[in-house]
Amino acid sequence: MAIVGAGVVGAAIARELTRHGASCVLVEAAPDVGTGTSKANTAILHTGFDAKPGTVEARLVRRGHELLRGYAAQVGIPTATTGALMVAWTRDQLETLSRIRATATQNGYEDAREVDVDELYRREPALGPGVLGALEIPDEGIICPWTTTLALATEAVGGGCELALCAPVIGVERAARFELQTSRGPIAAEYLVNAAGLRSDEIDARLGHDDFTVVPRRGELIVFDKLARGLVDHILLPVPTERTKGVLVAPTVYGNVLLGPTAEDLDSKDDRSTSAGGLSSLLADGVRIVPDLAEHEVTATFAGLRAATEHRDYQLRVHAEQGYVCAGGIRSTGVSASLAIAEHVREGLADAGLRLSGQPGEADLEMPNIGELSPRPYEQPELIARDPDYGRVVCFCERVTRGEIEAAMGSPIPPCDADGLRRRTRAGMGRCQGFFCGASLTARLAADGRGG
Amino acid sequence: MGAAADGAVIVGGGPAGLAAAIELRRRGVGPVTVIEREREPGGIPRHSNHTGFGVRDLRRVLSGPRYARRYAELAERAGVELLTETMVTDWGPGGRLRLTGPGGREELEPPAVVLASGCRERPRAARLVPGSRPEGVMTTSTLQQLVYLHGQRVGSRAVVVGAEHVSFSAVATLAHGGASVVALITELPRHQSLAAFRIGAAIRYRARVWSRTALSAIRGEGRVEEVELTDLDSGRTRTVQCDLVVFTADWMPDQELAVMAGCELDPGTRGPRVDAAQRTSVRGVFAAGNVVHPAETADIAALGGRHAARGVADHLGAADGEWPSHVAVLARPPLRWVAPNLVAREGPAPARGRFLLRSESFLRAPRVEVNQDGRALWSGRLARLLPGRPGHVPARWTRLVDPEGGPVSVGVVERRPR
Repeated sequence: MAIVGAGVVGAAIARELTRHGASCVLVEAAPDVGTGTSKANTAILHTGFDAKPGTVEARLVRRGHELLRGYAAQVGIPTATTGALMVAWTRDQLETLSRIRATATQNGYEDAREVDVDELYRREPALGPGVLGALEIPDEGIICPWTTTLALATEAVGGGCELALCAPVIGVERAARFELQTSRGPIAAEYLVNAAGLRSDEIDARLGHDDFTVVPRRGELIVFDKLARGLVDHILLPVPTERTKGVLVAPTVYGNVLLGPTAEDLDSKDDRSTSAGGLSSLLADGVRIVPDLAEHEVTATFAGLRAATEHRDYQLRVHAEQGYVCAGGIRSTGVSASLAIAEHVREGLADAGLRLSGQPGEADLEMPNIGELSPRPYEQPELIARDPDYGRVVCFCERVTRGEIEAAMGSPIPPCDADGLRRRTRAGMGRCQGFFCGASLTARLAADGRGG
Repeated sequence: MGAAADGAVIVGGGPAGLAAAIELRRRGVGPVTVIEREREPGGIPRHSNHTGFGVRDLRRVLSGPRYARRYAELAERAGVELLTETMVTDWGPGGRLRLTGPGGREELEPPAVVLASGCRERPRAARLVPGSRPEGVMTTSTLQQLVYLHGQRVGSRAVVVGAEHVSFSAVATLAHGGASVVALITELPRHQSLAAFRIGAAIRYRARVWSRTALSAIRGEGRVEEVELTDLDSGRTRTVQCDLVVFTADWMPDQELAVMAGCELDPGTRGPRVDAAQRTSVRGVFAAGNVVHPAETADIAALGGRHAARGVADHLGAADGEWPSHVAVLARPPLRWVAPNLVAREGPAPARGRFLLRSESFLRAPRVEVNQDGRALWSGRLARLLPGRPGHVPARWTRLVDPEGGPVSVGVVERRPR
């Protein structure tokens, strides 16, 4: 079994198949897991209330939300059910809210309710003037997408899945079995799962299909300083249009405030740069939604590319005769749906003749907590008593200890550079962006022959 | 629990914090505890490997690392308790400081706290520079630490953003690290350092200053490959190949603990407001050094710390431990900030008997006026003001401030831009 793409979807599929007894190899072009769309998104754990009813996406986001909430609690992925408020600023938007509520009901989500202006300002006093009303979706939440992908990949690897990093797929052939040509040599497999994200259409085409084309849609985002965290309690959603879900303001599990994303179709699948126009339009939106954001420092800006296609649904197809499953066109809801997509793929492969074992046991996995919702290592006297390195804060802004850095360096899937270390520990992602700790982190990575 | 239940705790073991601690011990206050989150005390001078430190506070000229070691020795000799690798993470209930260190979690409840947490350079993200996010983008501090503390290679061709003293210091560090400098760029019409530094950089390192130039994008996959620069006068852009971008100056105080304590902040410095005795708006909490004036040289920060010790000793010695109410002092553009920025009814003159000023623009012979509620308290002509460089006004007007009146404003009434 070969799975191409170690993003959140590929990692979830690798975990699901591995724990059901399949012998898997997870093939990834980048030197780390979760470096594409999975690392640069809004980090929302969606209920799927606003998905297009009847679609595969609607069904899998709903199921995935339930599965991921359970999995997060089990392995320690930072998450919080903050609830979302979809805020209407115009009469038209206010009317749209009732349609969206009807959509939610069609999607099997009954708990959305309309909130009047007084209640809205009482609950979100920092909202800008001119709000007319909102729809509350109490089960929407926030999650750490980095830990999610890493947990799934770690569990897969722990179960015996091989992880082939730095192995971009340059050719695929189907004879008696699949032959993947990668820059690290050939990989043979009986079955193939395509979870290649932005490049899923290219793999699909190599196998003789012409079902979809990925158009990378850039989303730029701005992370505000943790001192801004008190400004928002909920995910503040805009009312979506035909084209985009729009710009949201949301707390993060790390204690920041996130603003974004923009939505812009690009030609390049590699261009993750931010733009002057994108950042200034985001700031204008942010200050309109929560005016006090203007008083706060920006901690980070970044851009992600979502794998948009010409279809308004996931491109999830089981080609039983080929022993091939395509899990492409997963746009912005991939983290939320990942476990359900994996389940769906497993069932599809079983129908295609793959023999799998029955009900697996629970994972024996506990991920390092990098969220603010439960105590961090620096706050745990018992942990520091066992290992004083958990009392040595090395990244001051994010309160990351040397114990956590060493644990990450020695973990089953260690970081290969500063960005990888950041996604595992938060080291260097704070307001100083490395002014204090950047050099010692670089030196620590270099000591293991990594980074730079 | 709290070793310092009856003494003072100083947060930050840089020049300001150590100087405050030493002076507190000299005045007989004890115990005095300095909490330093780095492994070694000394602050930024630890890795500022050039000379010129110690002139006004120690009356000698030292390199940064020697200056840092000197302060650590003086503190030890004075009987200061120094906790390294220990971080104040927040304030618990009732104004207790919460600490984390290799010995565990601890809470202290001293009657006086001095915040001496310093300042840092604003990084690329806070300056909203667009483009990709490659390796090779850093601040001067990171650069100095990589070169002087860790002996790491940093790159071969750098663009330095900024043209202040620290920017020229970055040029020297880059040369030491084996990198050439394409240019120092500044959005201002000219550099803000000494002519000797600019000429020295041009001759010795072939590093030129490009004024009225903005960094408009950073590009590169994995590693910086090029930057896009914009000429602010013509709007034209050009691309420059480099593998390193160093962001210098643009100081931001490390003010998180002050914010958590509920200290009023000054809109100009963005640090806690302090009065002439270095008292913040919160009872028992003092602040000194570059957290209140980002950024002055290390000796000025140290003298501020020393001055704060007097305020702390007076506070600890007073029977009632009274805390004054304050009138705010605000800088008016083109002045960016003034410090101290609170005036109390009573108290000492400020450190070195003067108020510090920063300007946003180049001003030759500006007339500066101090006003309260439309009433001039002081007016005088300064020689000149430069962005990023200190200016001063004397402090004798503070006794004219009406403690029941509105905020005091400091502005420029006559300017001759050069």
